Amino acid sequence: MSAYWNDMFGGAKSLAIGLSITAREFFKPVITMQYPWEVPEIPERYRGHIELVKNEKTGKPKCICCGMCMRSCPSGCISLVGKKPEGEKKKVLTKYELDFTKCSLCGSCIESCNFGAIQFSRDYNLASTRKEDYVFDLLKRLEEQG
Amino acid sequence: MDTSIWRPIIYLVCFMAFAGLNAAYLGWCERKGAGRIQRRTGPMEVGFHGLLQPLADGLKLMSKQLLVPEGVDHILFRIAPILAMIPALTSMVVIPFSGNIQGRAVELSVLMLFALASIGMIAILIGGWASANKYAVISAARSVSQNLAYEIPMLLTVITIVMITGSMNLQDIAMDQQGGFWHWNIFRFDKSVFMPVSFLIFFICSVAETNRAPFDMAEAESELIAGFMTEYGSMGFGLFMMGEYLNIVVGACLTTILFLGGWSCPFGLFPGVWWFLIKIYILIFTFIWVRWTYPRTQIYKLLNLSWKILIPFSMVNLLVTAAFIKVF
Repeated sequence: MSAYWNDMFGGAKSLAIGLSITAREFFKPVITMQYPWEVPEIPERYRGHIELVKNEKTGKPKCICCGMCMRSCPSGCISLVGKKPEGEKKKVLTKYELDFTKCSLCGSCIESCNFGAIQFSRDYNLASTRKEDYVFDLLKRLEEQG
Repeated sequence: MDTSIWRPIIYLVCFMAFAGLNAAYLGWCERKGAGRIQRRTGPMEVGFHGLLQPLADGLKLMSKQLLVPEGVDHILFRIAPILAMIPALTSMVVIPFSGNIQGRAVELSVLMLFALASIGMIAILIGGWASANKYAVISAARSVSQNLAYEIPMLLTVITIVMITGSMNLQDIAMDQQGGFWHWNIFRFDKSVFMPVSFLIFFICSVAETNRAPFDMAEAESELIAGFMTEYGSMGFGLFMMGEYLNIVVGACLTTILFLGGWSCPFGLFPGVWWFLIKIYILIFTFIWVRWTYPRTQIYKLLNLSWKILIPFSMVNLLVTAAFIKVF
């Protein structure tokens, strides 16, 4: 018989505790965001796909076309081409393509780069229905950013 | 009583509007309440804070085809949603919103309300059975055993109220509790020391009778898809939903009249229909609050609660009330 009463009063107590918890939650501020209208602040160390870094003096990419990133990539996402224009000593980057469909954002390319020429971007609005949309031309992207 | 034809017509229009608005906007309130409790915002896109969402939902439901699947019982399948809506709407006729706002002052209005509430259960049974769907049939069977089990303690507590007032007229029951909250049936310790307990029993039973969480065995979505509503789309589903919300309104009205003094003010100030509305919406908020707090019980625990706890307690309360009335 005492089990019956314990069960009942214990149950009633835990039900009351449950109600008080939800009542408290009811008056706390909302933590979700109305996404398209409210955009969250992207943290400093967010890992988006990689992007080229510009040389602030010349306005050209810092990349020297050594190809270390291409070799260090375990998935073979990166392909770059550099040409030596006539009369110049160094190679100039002419094409830098990232196949984001295979990239797992490991960051090996960034670590392998000795010149700080690539970094993680903070792009995340990347939804698409076509696979080709995920092959990024990063050189063009850098030029468009201005 | 005024026998003019206009009185019933005006009442009909007003009650239909009240019922329709409640059915639509309680859905909105429920979603907002659920959102707040889970620290979300709830509907925000259609209109200011999603206020036009019920209209958009209604339009969507109405524009969909009323699909009748193969192998169902055609007549019963179509009757069930209507049968879910009509008793809830009819119940509004006898509910006294205030001393002079009542569709029809029926002498046995308590009896009539409970008779109509039982028809709502039959709608679920018919809908589930006619759907020719195993989930719907399980849901219908559960719903019947549940409603049967919870009608007994509910009626036993109502009998104590009827004994205290000596009338089955809701108007009389409410008039008996006028003037200050110490006259309300919930605090009438001179009639029975267990009145708050019987209020609690009645409230639990009305949650169970309206098939709401944590007693929503009939549409346990994780087990039975949508229970008896599985095969219903468009306005068939819409009518079931509206019937459910109207049943909540009727349950809250009944609790208010039987236990919380109807339209009387707790401090004797300005008694009127607004106090009635405040009380029913507080109760409806409690319904929503309870739904988003507790997980669903199991069917045998649900029946245990009724047969092992609620029925013995309401029996004891009935006897104690009878003794108090006899002695004092």
